[in-house]
Amino acid sequence: MITRRTLLKSGAAFTAAAATSSGLALPALAQTKKLKIGYVSPQTGPLSAFSAADSFMVEKFLASAPGLGLDVEVIVKDSQSNPNRAAEVAKELISRDGVNLILVASTPETTNPVCSIAEQEEIPVISTVAPWQPWFIGQQGNPADPASWQAFDYVYHFFWGLEDNIATFMNMWNSVDTNKKVAALWPNDGDGNAWASPEVGMPPALAAQGYELTDPGRYQNLTDDFSAQINAFKQAGCEIMTGIPIPPDFTTFWTQAKQQGFNPKLVSVAKALLFPESVAALGELGHNLTAEVWWSPNHPFKSSLTGESAADLAKAFEAAAKRQWTMPVGFVHALFEVAADAISRVDDPTDGDALAAAIGSTNLDTVVGKVQWGRDNVPEFARKNISKTPLVGGQWRRKEDDTFDLVIVENAGAPEIPLGGTLETLS
Amino acid sequence: MMLIDTLAQGLLLGGLYALFAAGLSLVFGIMRLVNLAHGDLIILGAYLILTLATVTGLHPFVAVVLAAPLMFGLGWLLQTHLLNRVLGEDILPPLLVTFGLSVVIQNGLLSAFTADSRKLTAGPIEAASVDLGIVTLGVMPVLTFASAVAVVFALNRLFYRTALGRAFRATSDDQTTAQLMGIEPKRIFAMATGIALVVATIAALFLGTRANFDPSIGPARLLYAFEAVIIGGLGSLWGTLAGGIVIGMAQAVGASINPEWQILSGHIAFVIVLLLKPRGLFPRAND
Repeated sequence: MITRRTLLKSGAAFTAAAATSSGLALPALAQTKKLKIGYVSPQTGPLSAFSAADSFMVEKFLASAPGLGLDVEVIVKDSQSNPNRAAEVAKELISRDGVNLILVASTPETTNPVCSIAEQEEIPVISTVAPWQPWFIGQQGNPADPASWQAFDYVYHFFWGLEDNIATFMNMWNSVDTNKKVAALWPNDGDGNAWASPEVGMPPALAAQGYELTDPGRYQNLTDDFSAQINAFKQAGCEIMTGIPIPPDFTTFWTQAKQQGFNPKLVSVAKALLFPESVAALGELGHNLTAEVWWSPNHPFKSSLTGESAADLAKAFEAAAKRQWTMPVGFVHALFEVAADAISRVDDPTDGDALAAAIGSTNLDTVVGKVQWGRDNVPEFARKNISKTPLVGGQWRRKEDDTFDLVIVENAGAPEIPLGGTLETLS
Repeated sequence: MMLIDTLAQGLLLGGLYALFAAGLSLVFGIMRLVNLAHGDLIILGAYLILTLATVTGLHPFVAVVLAAPLMFGLGWLLQTHLLNRVLGEDILPPLLVTFGLSVVIQNGLLSAFTADSRKLTAGPIEAASVDLGIVTLGVMPVLTFASAVAVVFALNRLFYRTALGRAFRATSDDQTTAQLMGIEPKRIFAMATGIALVVATIAALFLGTRANFDPSIGPARLLYAFEAVIIGGLGSLWGTLAGGIVIGMAQAVGASINPEWQILSGHIAFVIVLLLKPRGLFPRAND
């Protein structure tokens, strides 16, 4: 059967034969061919906080590549935090730049369009920093029908999933004496609807452990007033608050909650509290809020590229970028670790099928933990394309100089990551 | 009890929307200019206050006093050198220019301040509240509402009690005749935009202490501001305040039924007002 790939190969062979027989002086392109790697991330726009470490990590990778015997070139593209733009740059990378491998990071809005294009074009992709459900299910032809879901041949993703985040939050709550009444602030967007889903979201997990949920309903992002929700939470007497709001909405909510006298014992918020800047913006009100932690300088892992520990890497980033470390730092580095490892294990990295197979058989200890696809901690249908990394719970502690430290207080899901302190309640 | 609380919170929210809308209303009322960059100019004001507060170590409430004259100057320059060139019979060129300005401001802020989400920190007052027995109101929202009333009151005094206000009204009513009376419309317009940006700076102070802001967040509230202006009636500043309150209360009532209804009920209130009174609640001019 003639596939696109075999056709291209025979076409190339034919052209080469024609060129030699006709004696035309063609440039000898194939001899010192660098391996081209495309990297797509949201470097500008509302998601750009995820990409603060990009240039630092690309330079680090290029500096260490010759030592590993790799002759590579990295072409960096900006998705501008826009899914359409992400798809466009992916096409450019494939058709114009002719890359052999694409790395993509940060949020389903960036990873999904790039992966979909690359899967069609049969270019291998390593992807990260998006919970696996929106990544895997979001790329299916019919996300509503699990029976129709199919695994991918060229795209591979490593991160954690919704179930890990829910478990991390609930482990924290279980360790504290509360009335088990939970207030939920879930917006009307992809994340909010996934968390609120009665099938795969938080409600069934809460019910199973005897928690009582107050969920006033989905609200629009960038809402200016949360009085209705706060009233509902106060009336229900909630002592735990959770949600997945965007940072400006969480600030509005939490300030109003304080003004209107809603004082829960524990606040565990996903997404809004990822970056130290968002927490610092809250000032005193940010103290002892809890969040999910995917990576920190205290993670006991080290880079397979440079041998640096997580702490070394964070320190080097802080020195170079002159800002506090953020969680994506480790993951962007790990992307290049996985790429370097896969490239070094194939004879001809320009062969997409061989490279994709090499990525799929990765078994590498990276700075974010073990990356290995096909493990049984992922449901069967997604196992081929998803490798889970550990998730723990952290609490933001305000320091004397108004900056915040993220202290790991919950590690039941990944006991190898050491605790930095014990969970404290707000009131 | 619940209803009173909902309405009170909605009223205070209306104050915030009225502050966003007041500058827009002023500019639209005088020169029929729809400023699509108004939201971004508010965010620019917030960054200016943030910078001044960081550099001088002043409280944002004091820094705003320094920021206001700078923003007035910016408004003056903007109108004199850019917007006056495109104002004319055709309303499309100024619309496109302000749209472009919005893109320029967003990207300028992005390269100067990065995409990090920032906030003006006002200290313990942020979480403070007053207990009125029936309802508990946050001090900051009350201040926001009071400022909105004060701004509208001051602008109204300016409009109806000063020579500058007379010139504003004359230019708005009939530009040619005003010119015959020795009024230079372009200078009047520059003053108006300057004042509008001072109002935008006050709005920036309250937006920046209420929630986080980043360079891309400006256009989000522009729609409510437009609706407040239209509900109130073009050219009426008290009308703009009323328009803001209508949207704020409608949103609060909608949210108390179901948060999914919050934004929608503001828009529904807007449509209802337009159906009943197509020229808004308190239209001033007949055009």
